[in-house]
Amino acid sequence: MDVSTMTIKEALEKMNSGDLTSEELVKSYLDRIEAGNEHVNAFVFVAEDVLEQAREIDKRRAVGEDVGVLGGIPIAVKDNMLVEGWGSASGSQILEGHKGAYNATVIDRLKNAGAILMGRANMDEFAMGSSTESSHFGATTNPWDKTKVPGGSSGGSAAAVAAGFVPVALGSDTGGSIRQPASLCGVVGLKPTYGRVSRYGLMAMASSLDQIGPITRSVEDAAIVLEVIEGKDPHDGTSVELSNTTVPALIDKDLTGMKLGLPKEYFVDGMDEGVKAAVMEAVEELKRAGAEIIDISLPHAQYALAAYYIIMPAEASSNLGRFDGLRYGYHSNGENLQESYARTRGEGFGPEVKRRIMLGSYTLSAGYYDAYYRKALKVRSLIKKDFDEALKEVDAIVTPTSPSVAWGIGEKFNDPLTMYLSDIYTISANLATIPALSVPCGFVKNLPVGLQFMGRPFDEYTLFKLGAAYQERTDWHTKTPS
Amino acid sequence: MSLSNEEIRHIAKLSRLHIDEEEIEDYREKLESILEYVEKLQELNTDDVPELQHAADVSNVFREDEVQGCDSAIRERIVDNFSNREGDLLKVQAVFPGITNGSGSAGENRTQ
Repeated sequence: MDVSTMTIKEALEKMNSGDLTSEELVKSYLDRIEAGNEHVNAFVFVAEDVLEQAREIDKRRAVGEDVGVLGGIPIAVKDNMLVEGWGSASGSQILEGHKGAYNATVIDRLKNAGAILMGRANMDEFAMGSSTESSHFGATTNPWDKTKVPGGSSGGSAAAVAAGFVPVALGSDTGGSIRQPASLCGVVGLKPTYGRVSRYGLMAMASSLDQIGPITRSVEDAAIVLEVIEGKDPHDGTSVELSNTTVPALIDKDLTGMKLGLPKEYFVDGMDEGVKAAVMEAVEELKRAGAEIIDISLPHAQYALAAYYIIMPAEASSNLGRFDGLRYGYHSNGENLQESYARTRGEGFGPEVKRRIMLGSYTLSAGYYDAYYRKALKVRSLIKKDFDEALKEVDAIVTPTSPSVAWGIGEKFNDPLTMYLSDIYTISANLATIPALSVPCGFVKNLPVGLQFMGRPFDEYTLFKLGAAYQERTDWHTKTPS
Repeated sequence: MSLSNEEIRHIAKLSRLHIDEEEIEDYREKLESILEYVEKLQELNTDDVPELQHAADVSNVFREDEVQGCDSAIRERIVDNFSNREGDLLKVQAVFPGITNGSGSAGENRTQ
């Protein structure tokens, strides 16, 4: 049985009709992980009890019990989400030996829905990176070409799905960390609207930007998983009660009358010609499916990256203050408490994390707060307003997800600014708090290209509709790396 | 945007990060290039623009201030994560050096 291309939907149908057990399914994935993970390094840990969990679901299903929406489906979890009793390190040395004391809300919800928690996916240290090279557990490689990066920071999650190790993985997205690796690995990635999914139990990077979302093979699968993890949680004050939920069965694939905006600011210099051609061909396909394409303008788009690189490090420098070497993880002893903090953090954090903490401390420090942080919050308002205005005129906005396909391992690692520029198309959705979906739309030199849809707040449904219609008309998402 | 090595040392201190002397130059160069890039925000006139304060359209989410119990297994796992402990207590170096409490050994304070 080839599980490498199987969707959640197909696996559930087979299990419900009795053609497949969860144990068989999980076993097939375990075989693939055993054969391939040493080259991809997508998983940093595989749970020992997965077959046991699967057998339990099979037993319950066999006697006609309700086993949940994801009953028997294996899922990978990014290493920054807490699972009771599992190691949890955010790809960092500073959390060496740390174990999750409780489950993140998304984990509880997945378990209640019958999902099998397969293991921890690799990531850039504290989700600070776009290539999954900065992990303490070593770099993850791109399943399409193992000399290339998988993107990041949820590179382990995206590579695990692309390599056929699991049908779904959770990622987290602060400036593109779900969508960009999904694009570079040829799979689907969704960053939900800010507030849609609880972050309780997710190690915070930038609290006003972070969201958890699914990485899958099909758009319909992403909708199935979102429905399980979304909704209000008393443990996350920013999470909201939803009036309109996403019912995957309701995905309507007729795009007649839909208006899609093409922002002129996104199709300028810096974009790979092959990527541009693939995206424009996808736009033609959406036209053939009935959508109307409208040229729009997002005048402040060029300031998004700069605003992001003030707001994100400022919030991160504060959030990462908790890593003091006392309550969890790595500890390095100094002469006194202050010195122990400095040593623990100096030795335990990698260079990019230290850079961002220092950048945040600087822009928040006395005399610089107004010029940097306050200014960036104002620019963030302008960026959000651009999207609010544009989305009055159109139902969704279409852009590339990433300006290039996957690049070589090591190529941008020592040049932070060049690395940051790879997130130029994804960052705005986080600043504007809107949902965004990346869908595979072609190849350049045998490496996947991603198409991004951005929509109105809490209107993931429109993105699913567009993505599902596109996937019905194309077969990019059915291709697998050899 | 230029930073002095002294400023880098100061920011590292604010951040509670030990940085080796030989690393300072590299941090200075990279932080400078990022600060130079974000400088482009100054092109925009934002005098009349409000700051985006709350990403979700909610603020001041309150709940009743009541003591909620902690599952004993969770409590145990939290305590197990401590890097240094005495029984169930987190053991740390003195927060105010020079002051010792009656029961602890010199230079060590206890907190829970």
